[in-house]
Amino acid sequence: MTGFITKRLLAILPLVVLLAAVTFTLLQLAPGGPFDAERNFPPEIQRQLEARFQLDQPWHVQFGMYLRGLADGTLPSMKRPGLTVGELISSSFPVSAALGSLSLAFALVVGVSSGIIGAIRQNSVWDWTTMSIALVGISVPNFVLGPVLVGIFALGLGWLPPARWDGLSTMILPSVTLGLAYAAYIARLTRAGMLEVIRTDYIRTARAKGLTERAIVFGHALRGAILPVVTFLGPATARILTGTVVIEKIFQVPGLGYYFVQSALDRDYSMVLGVVCFYSALLMLMNLAVDVAYTWLDPRVKLS
Amino acid sequence: MNAPVQGSSLWQDAWRRLKRNRVALVSGVVVLAIGVFCVLGPLVAGLFGLDYASQDIPLGATAPTLAHPFGTDVLGRDVMVRTMHGGRVSLLVAAVATAVSLLVGTTYGAISGFVGGRVDNAMMRFVDLAMSTPYLLLVIVLMALIPPTAIQVGDLDGSFILMFAALGLVSWLTLSRIVRGQVLSLKEREFVEAARAIGVPPLRILFRHIVPNTLGPVIVYSTLTIPSVMLSEAFLSFLGLGIREPQASWGTLVNDGANAMAVYPWLLAFPGGVMTLTLFCLNFLGDGLRDALDPSASKS
Repeated sequence: MTGFITKRLLAILPLVVLLAAVTFTLLQLAPGGPFDAERNFPPEIQRQLEARFQLDQPWHVQFGMYLRGLADGTLPSMKRPGLTVGELISSSFPVSAALGSLSLAFALVVGVSSGIIGAIRQNSVWDWTTMSIALVGISVPNFVLGPVLVGIFALGLGWLPPARWDGLSTMILPSVTLGLAYAAYIARLTRAGMLEVIRTDYIRTARAKGLTERAIVFGHALRGAILPVVTFLGPATARILTGTVVIEKIFQVPGLGYYFVQSALDRDYSMVLGVVCFYSALLMLMNLAVDVAYTWLDPRVKLS
Repeated sequence: MNAPVQGSSLWQDAWRRLKRNRVALVSGVVVLAIGVFCVLGPLVAGLFGLDYASQDIPLGATAPTLAHPFGTDVLGRDVMVRTMHGGRVSLLVAAVATAVSLLVGTTYGAISGFVGGRVDNAMMRFVDLAMSTPYLLLVIVLMALIPPTAIQVGDLDGSFILMFAALGLVSWLTLSRIVRGQVLSLKEREFVEAARAIGVPPLRILFRHIVPNTLGPVIVYSTLTIPSVMLSEAFLSFLGLGIREPQASWGTLVNDGANAMAVYPWLLAFPGGVMTLTLFCLNFLGDGLRDALDPSASKS
């Protein structure tokens, strides 16, 4: 197991570099460069800017510069002068991560519990209600759900502030808006997994032993049922922790998602490369964690 | 002498169970009805000289009336006709993306999990890379490299086809990981060992014995992907890849409706309502299918 984990961890670095190369190629193929939008530049300033970022150099020289800059944390952002990519990520990622963890916690608690209820009381009123709420969570887009929740809980009832990022009370509405769709996925996958497990022999055995319903569900059934949920959580966690531009815009949250989309549109090569490397490393770590979790959830699974 | 026992296949069992599930059947009928409404509706509206693009600017945005049951938008276009037209686009997008994700995702994930070892590692690292490729950038490059006029299939322009490519590229990734996770666990079970012991060839074990057992999560996940695909389509169209004005899809109608939600609520309510009803029914249908296909459910 230790060998497996070490091997996978060691593979992350070359994969991230490969992805950076693909991303860099995409950036160069995309129309427009980082300094095209600035009009009325005297040509010598344009040349100087391009020389500073070695845009006049061949592909491998440029790519090497970005990699070195990312490795030692000195790579400057192209569109936000005076700030390095590292500084921008380390100032905005904690915000996105805080919001993301809260959303994820909300999604897990709501999703898993309503999934269990849905499976145990299959085709009951409970099942229908939780399933309908889950569906609303999925089919109503963020940009509708956000304003509606703000309208009800901030402007109507006045319980929570409508936007801004300042303490726990401001985190609730964006977390719920962001987390509801994830909760819905988790609920549906948990329900499907539970329905398959509760009819198996080992659950019948547990019941025959006289275990309480709670012990059966949490001690035996859930463990076998949430494999698909755990798989879903790998990429979902990476995505939710690195921020969502729509939520950040609606609620005025200074997170990473906005920076990423903006820098892709601005062709801020260094920022795009920085965020992509950061995100992909996180995603690969999460998917590794998922694989390790499989062996714990189902000891029959063998990893090699 | 006893007559030989007639085995019933998974699909025969499933169909019999599905027919008894009233909710799933009603949902199926509603989805069909909405499909017919969207496909035939514009033809009927054509008889009245209305299509998704016909404007009546002096009329402007009006609340629902008898002549315009869903109201009209700012340009005086009939929202019902636009909803029907949007349904054609969105249902097509959902069907194609789901089919791609089901076919590619299930096959890819099943093979990866079943073969295991180095093959699994390589296949899953490719998924990792594909998942972390910046999608927005890829779309921008796709649009730049292949001019929309380069491809033309029927009356669909290239931008529409490219959007399918963009959606198809990513829609199968998570599903393949879910299938692979299930297969990793299923391939160690006794029934697989039994199949192996009696000499069933590996590919047959995989696709006849293991994959049907993954269908529960696969169906549930696929029905959940449909709304997100419809919304991605709206996002791509917004970026300029996909349909463009005056064409419409449910996603773009809901998007536009959300912006005017406070002033002209019917612009959001009707397209959003039809879309939500469809998604609800698709999910109930998916659940019915899941219950019907559950191999561990009783045969009765």
